[in-house]
Amino acid sequence: MKYNWNWGIFWELSPDATGTYLATLFQGLRWTIATGLSAWLMALVLGSLIGTLRTVRNPTVVRLGDAYVELFRNMPILVQMFLWFFVVPELLPTGLGTWVKQLPNSSFWTAVFALGFFTSARVAEQVKAGIRAQPRGQTMAATALGMTTAQTYRHVLLPMAFRLILPPLTSEFMNVMKNSAVALTIGLMELTARARAMQEFSFQVFEAFTAATLLYLALNLAIVLFMRRLERFVAVPGFTAARDAVAAAH
Amino acid sequence: MPMIEIHKISKWYGSFQALKECSTKVNKGEVVVVCGPSGSGKSTLIKTVNALEPIQQGEILVDGYSVHDSRTNLPKLRSRIGMVFQNFELFPHLSITRNLAIAQMKVLGRNKDEAVERGLKLLDRVGLSAHKDKYPGQLSGGQQQRVAIARALAMDPIAMLFDEPTSALDPEMINEVLDVMVELAQEGMTMMVVTHEMGFARRVADRVIFMDAGEIVEDDSKEQFFSQPKSERAREFLSKILLH
Ligand SMILES: Nc1ncnc2c1ncn2[C@@H]1O[C@H](COP(=O)(O)OP(=O)(O)OP(=O)(O)O)[C@@H](O)[C@H]1O
Ligand SMILES: [Mg+2]
Repeated sequence: MKYNWNWGIFWELSPDATGTYLATLFQGLRWTIATGLSAWLMALVLGSLIGTLRTVRNPTVVRLGDAYVELFRNMPILVQMFLWFFVVPELLPTGLGTWVKQLPNSSFWTAVFALGFFTSARVAEQVKAGIRAQPRGQTMAATALGMTTAQTYRHVLLPMAFRLILPPLTSEFMNVMKNSAVALTIGLMELTARARAMQEFSFQVFEAFTAATLLYLALNLAIVLFMRRLERFVAVPGFTAARDAVAAAH
Repeated sequence: MPMIEIHKISKWYGSFQALKECSTKVNKGEVVVVCGPSGSGKSTLIKTVNALEPIQQGEILVDGYSVHDSRTNLPKLRSRIGMVFQNFELFPHLSITRNLAIAQMKVLGRNKDEAVERGLKLLDRVGLSAHKDKYPGQLSGGQQQRVAIARALAMDPIAMLFDEPTSALDPEMINEVLDVMVELAQEGMTMMVVTHEMGFARRVADRVIFMDAGEIVEDDSKEQFFSQPKSERAREFLSKILLH
């Protein structure tokens, strides 16, 4: 195979005239980050809620939470993305469906929703494990002091649960960034889509994907460093026991 | 005047009956020790007093309020009954000061300064002022249990429940916790204490309850229990425990 390396390609103008190829890649990176971060926030909020509900006493609530997790975790993310993008608008009342389809950046919002739900199921699983990892006595002590169930979760169970699950949450955070590449299938011009476009226009496939790879690596490195700092920031002095319990459960 | 009145309560875990028509009373200022073999229902009994465990039959009155009545404001009632657990159960992510203050603030609605002041006063009482900024994981078991007692006392309880407060401790730490409890008892706190520390019972108990297989087999004055227990089971239990 004869391949013409051309690292200078990044400074050439892309044919869609929005700037250099490098600029288009960075534009893609911005969409990747915007999509990943929004989906991550949604996943954290929903996942914490669902994960918490799966540990309460009411069996109906627990079953609903379990069903949610099974549904969103077991369906491939690609299928979910297609469902949200192509199927759900058709199921809505006609007026609403049309409005949704014509929303500006509709592929962005769809990607955020699809990734948000998918990731929330995985976060919910971790949150549940984090709550379960704590000794039953913690709940009893809080209850005996007169705390309500909500106060017990808010002040006793969840603060420790989140500390315990920070390492798996770091991987989920990185996953949501990587998974956002699936959104190119519904037309979102995120990083992978930009790299593909660059390859199609310039035929410099290796340069395009080397650059994309490096940008993904840098993004994940930033996430890891941020989460490490966070871990150190919230570390509990003198605490070791429950962390071992979670590690053993994995 | 009875502070805690337990009237013919029965409790089942599924089909297994853990408590069988148990009745007893703890008067204001009285110290009652509960003992018995493992699995006899001591923890279950003491946890029914603040409704940590539901019951299926009978009634419990604390300060005249029916604990298991659906109209009772349970959080409020529980906040007035201190409880100390075998494994301390301090909140590991909170400093000692925050451990002492959190329930005062969230349950009793005290403001932060008030809660911290009250908490530190009790921390001083159990001799641990120097550790107020540490975290539970940085204290020894005995110290953690003393903090747990201070945390319960900070709520200004009308009675205290203890479930084997010294059985998770290394022998050299048992006395520092028992000393705090003895002092409490001598100050007139109403106490229900599950323990196998018969020395403690001899010193401060007014009565001793002996349980076996979910039943209250003996409910005697301390003198009677140690000198001439009525049942064979209690005699057997005592001879075993005093040998150890
Ligand atoms: N959550 C539960 N589910 C089912 N059975 C239980 C539960 N908790 C306790 N039991 C059973 O009820 C009985 C009484 O238990 P309890 O913990 O009150 O005993 P105990 O006297 O405190 O024993 P120990 O000295 O070992 O603490 C035991 O047979 C125990 O197995
Ligand atoms: Mg017990």
